[in-house]
Amino acid sequence: MSRRLTWPRVLLAVAVLVALAAALVTWLNLRDEDALTGDAVAFVATPEQVARGAYLARAGNCAACHTDRGGAEFAGGKGIATPFGTVYASNLTPDAKTGIGNWSAAQFWRALHNGRSADGHLLYPAFPYPNFTEITRTDADALFAFLRSQVPVAQANRAHALRFPYNLQASLAVWRALFFSPGVYEPVVERSQQWNRGAYLVRALGHCAACHSPRNAFGATRDSLELSGGLIPLQNWYAPSLASNAEAGVADWSNADVAALLRTGFTRRGAALGPMAEVVFRSTQYLADGDVAAMTECLKSLPQVPAHAAPTPAIGSEALAHGAALYKDRCASCHGAHGEGGSGPQGIVYAPLDGNRKVLLESPANLIHIVVNGGFPPTTAGNPRPYGMPPFGPSLKDEEIALLATYVRAAWGNAAPPVSALDVLEAR
Amino acid sequence: MKSAPVKSLLCRNAVLIGLTATLSAAMADSPQSIPDTMAQRMLPCSACHGKEGHATQEGFFPRIAGKPAGYLYNQLDNFRTGRRAYPTMTYFVEQMSDEYLREIANYFAALDLPYAPPQTVGAPADEIARGEALVRQGDAAHGIPACTHCHGEAMTGVLPAIPGLLGLPRGYLVEQFGAWRTGQRKALAPDCMARVATMLTPADITAVATWLSSQPVAVGPAAAESIARPLPLACGSVPP
Repeated sequence: MSRRLTWPRVLLAVAVLVALAAALVTWLNLRDEDALTGDAVAFVATPEQVARGAYLARAGNCAACHTDRGGAEFAGGKGIATPFGTVYASNLTPDAKTGIGNWSAAQFWRALHNGRSADGHLLYPAFPYPNFTEITRTDADALFAFLRSQVPVAQANRAHALRFPYNLQASLAVWRALFFSPGVYEPVVERSQQWNRGAYLVRALGHCAACHSPRNAFGATRDSLELSGGLIPLQNWYAPSLASNAEAGVADWSNADVAALLRTGFTRRGAALGPMAEVVFRSTQYLADGDVAAMTECLKSLPQVPAHAAPTPAIGSEALAHGAALYKDRCASCHGAHGEGGSGPQGIVYAPLDGNRKVLLESPANLIHIVVNGGFPPTTAGNPRPYGMPPFGPSLKDEEIALLATYVRAAWGNAAPPVSALDVLEAR
Repeated sequence: MKSAPVKSLLCRNAVLIGLTATLSAAMADSPQSIPDTMAQRMLPCSACHGKEGHATQEGFFPRIAGKPAGYLYNQLDNFRTGRRAYPTMTYFVEQMSDEYLREIANYFAALDLPYAPPQTVGAPADEIARGEALVRQGDAAHGIPACTHCHGEAMTGVLPAIPGLLGLPRGYLVEQFGAWRTGQRKALAPDCMARVATMLTPADITAVATWLSSQPVAVGPAAAESIARPLPLACGSVPP
């Protein structure tokens, strides 16, 4: 057989393979989709659904992305920076032209469950439908009822600013074929009802995995209950592992401490800072006692994924002395001469640094962030007048922040790897 | 060894009482005692605004001590809602309740601290003269009202929400006008200062900033209780 004759066959074979792959991708994208029934007019919400939906919208922290700074609530427009470009959250108010005023409950459910918009286009997973897919239809309808009860705001959705090829629906279809499958929350029969309620909140509505799970090169998270920690893209904050007691796991915490963190943003072990401060401020502080208890039971039972124990090289005594001097000058008046923390009439107000997990995380990103930018824990009913930390970025050089962080990670009972000026430069 | 930390604590942070520091040094393992005060809570602000918010002579950052509480609250809210843009301020206030922002504003408003000597010295006489003329008379030909019309005869502000402008760094003042002109700084509509900023020429702005930052401020320059109404321009952040 001559070579010339094989080319058409090769092309044909390639064409067939491409067609098969396209068919497979299409099928994978459409699987588990219900036929769209009912229209927007036909949907009549009960007051109970609206009230329930308001609670669920907080549990899911919808407003965090769908409300722009200073903008109308749920009217969208906020940019979510991703490694692939910026995704702009959409208008969820019931405006007929620019919001979801003409959506049916079935279309809303399909967006949550299948990641497809009312007009059929595929949604980007910055909208965490890989988690929301497990939201029940009952909860989806309640959320829809609540959003439909809001004041309509005419604000056109802003086009995403994604780079090629991420801006193509075909690329997104391939991504979905590889990394997304619709699902429902399957209760674990060996576990209690409370545990299952907690797991549903953690996996589905709370979408904890969106930050606390590692992402692959394509931005996909692994199993949503693994929660073994992940660097939040472009924010330089590390969402610590919830499955390791060396990071942010709560297996050895009391129920009261877990509840305090979720409800008040503050515990005797330290505060919710950075992205978690926002989660507490907008979402978890409003959770009902029963739901906090349920999440606590689930989080305390997560299978432990041992944190990587980094070797701690010996640190020169000169560097330690320099770091100690900086600590004494800048930190000791609040955190104590020996990292013991500071206490007000109601208990700890400045976290102890001796044995503090935030300080000891292998990634120094959060520690650097906190030293450079300072910050306040969120105001909550349980901590309405928080104490804060000054930003030291303006007054300390990268080298000094590195020496200070290195000292805090090595002083007292602490033993974590040193921090370099380059680490500080990268995390700033 | 125990006396060194005690000493440094006492010297650097007068709000810590001696007994507290002694106890904390004596019992290294238990957390040291922290005062339950707004001064302690607001320590993060002093990194830029100076100790107790009275700012410094050399810096860029504005003095906040003694500003009218309504003005301070409006600014905190402006940072929270994006009408003003400064990343550190936004980061500090974005997860704060209205109640706490009001308490913070009231705390700094109530501080009565001496001012640093004027930042600007030896400015050209003609620039000073132009600046003072704009502040006291405005520029009728261009429809520019006198600053004193709203900010008070003594330029120390008017309760509850018009700020005093003396004792502010020159660079800060110039940058605020720039920010109003480019839309980087906004206030509740109608935004009177944005209008004023567009009426002033760059030379006017530097002249006003030069004059303002060269004025010595007497101790305790309280904001005026009230001012003649109506104001020359409508201001969304000043209650009618």
